[in-house]
Amino acid sequence: MDTITNLLDAKGTPLDRQRFTWREMSNAPISKLDDDAFTRVRVILMNGIETDALRLKHIGARMFGELREPLAQVRRVEQHQQTQINWLLSADHSPLETTLAYEQVAIEVTAAVAQNEPDPYQAQTYRFGLLEDFDHLYRYAAMLDRLEGKDANNILQGYTDIIPARPTADHHRHPDDDLREHYDRSDAALITKIHAAMITAAEYQTHDYYMNIGPLFADPLARALYAEIASVEEQHVTQYGSLMDPNESFLEKWLIHEVMEAYNYLSCVEQEDNPRIRAIWERFLDYELGHMNLVMELFKKHERRDPAEVLAGPMPRLMKLKSQRDFIRKVISEEVDLRALGINFVPREDEGQLTLDYRQHLHSQGIPADIVSAGYSWHPGTELNRPAP
Amino acid sequence: MDKPAHTGMNRTGAQMSPLHTPEQKAAAEQVRPTVPGSARQLAEARQEAVASAEPVGSVPIPGSIKGAVKTVAQKISGHNPAILIDKLGERLAFERTGVRLYDAMIAKAQALGEPQDKLDRLQHFRDEEAEHMERVKEAMESLGADPTAQTPSADVAGVSGLGVLQVITDPRTNMAQSLDALLTAELTDNAAWDLLIDLAREAGQSDMVPSFEQALRQEQDHLGTLRIWLREALGVKNS
Repeated sequence: MDTITNLLDAKGTPLDRQRFTWREMSNAPISKLDDDAFTRVRVILMNGIETDALRLKHIGARMFGELREPLAQVRRVEQHQQTQINWLLSADHSPLETTLAYEQVAIEVTAAVAQNEPDPYQAQTYRFGLLEDFDHLYRYAAMLDRLEGKDANNILQGYTDIIPARPTADHHRHPDDDLREHYDRSDAALITKIHAAMITAAEYQTHDYYMNIGPLFADPLARALYAEIASVEEQHVTQYGSLMDPNESFLEKWLIHEVMEAYNYLSCVEQEDNPRIRAIWERFLDYELGHMNLVMELFKKHERRDPAEVLAGPMPRLMKLKSQRDFIRKVISEEVDLRALGINFVPREDEGQLTLDYRQHLHSQGIPADIVSAGYSWHPGTELNRPAP
Repeated sequence: MDKPAHTGMNRTGAQMSPLHTPEQKAAAEQVRPTVPGSARQLAEARQEAVASAEPVGSVPIPGSIKGAVKTVAQKISGHNPAILIDKLGERLAFERTGVRLYDAMIAKAQALGEPQDKLDRLQHFRDEEAEHMERVKEAMESLGADPTAQTPSADVAGVSGLGVLQVITDPRTNMAQSLDALLTAELTDNAAWDLLIDLAREAGQSDMVPSFEQALRQEQDHLGTLRIWLREALGVKNS
């Protein structure tokens, strides 16, 4: 296993030197046409991670008065980091095209994490969720084709297959069947904690994005499709969030989050081929290392514990963010018929009554994902470009 | 200074992924859709939604003073008075947005080093759009209608125009791309003035017609000029 050895020893940029201008935050975007799809994948992933950094810190500030100041200080920097990252998306992406990119992030990043995750149950959970985001991509590709007359592959650039997996209509489960077993904070590997925080963050932003843009559509089926898939994304946030040990203290969670952020920026630095964007990743890696060191000091001060307790153990490099086609095809062929019952993954015929009842009622007036994708097969240049039989 | 189209590393097409594309196509051919049917299902669901949908909103009742409605209704003949007021509201909103489109176009043309005579013409067109807005405002006031209200057609025209605005204000778009977007607006504007003149005439508002006809002639000048400039920007000979 290729591991990271000295990331946690670096001091990074001190907080008081982490400054921004409006010009930096609202700088030139990437090119939708010319930049590599994985540059956009990294932009969306890191935006989601910074959004979650703010979210966690706001919740912490509501509960721990003595941490309000450092939380506010770090949050302000992360607000500006997030702005600089999210503003890299160019305005020629329609909201639906950006949606395709979000699903590509969910698929390719979760596939990379599933293969790197040492805990078999957690890895199984990532594979389970992966097949659902993969199916969302297919449904949204049909929507893009039939609404805007555009080819989803202009966004995906050939890296990701556009085929059904576990049908979206089957994703809707009773909340009890979306909870998973959490890792044990005392013996889980650091990378397991990083993965759970990272994928939860990514899914959370996808949920929030769909909730924000869904009502922007005029087409009634597009609105309905976003309503349906946003609900599944909430299920995914429930699922992945429940992988984390609720017995961790807030500071422990904060520390893990900062390490997770640094870990992801490091992978961005190592893999980015656009030099202008790589410079942003390098700068923000140093910023996150600064945050991490600050939290380590707070951890010592308030918990009287050694951060090494939390941060010990090998940390594998993030798998290359590239097309995970072969892995995903294997997971589809072996696990597409799995369903969830409580915290367990079971054969399709063993789904529980709670979920069946919940789903039946939701579907009782029509299923948007089925309507928009009826008979849809992706073809280069859209289904309208398919030669007549 | 302009940024004409050039060849480069555009990655969006299937040809740019010679290894991935056959894999993608094979998968799409092997894995059948999970739901039978076609785009027909979407069309049917849209039809169902159209049948049960409420309109986007209403045309405001002219005037807030009691009795104003009757006065206006008497003034407008032939047509439902709401239609004329709705379309006047649309024209006003469109011209107002038109001023902002030209503001953005002038900034772009200046940045891209367009000659002063072209900038002067753009400024002239911009001022005419503002003046057209005033013409419609006066017409609405003569009917007791509220020129500050957003009528349903004004609202819908705003939605239609969003794409044009996005193209012209994007700093990455060049003169030809921006002119193309502006042409979309001017083509619509020309047709809309033509329609509004007939609508005013049929509604017994012939006193509005000369003013609107003058606006249409000016819009025809805008349109003709933009067509020539677009050809010039693309290096196409003007016929």
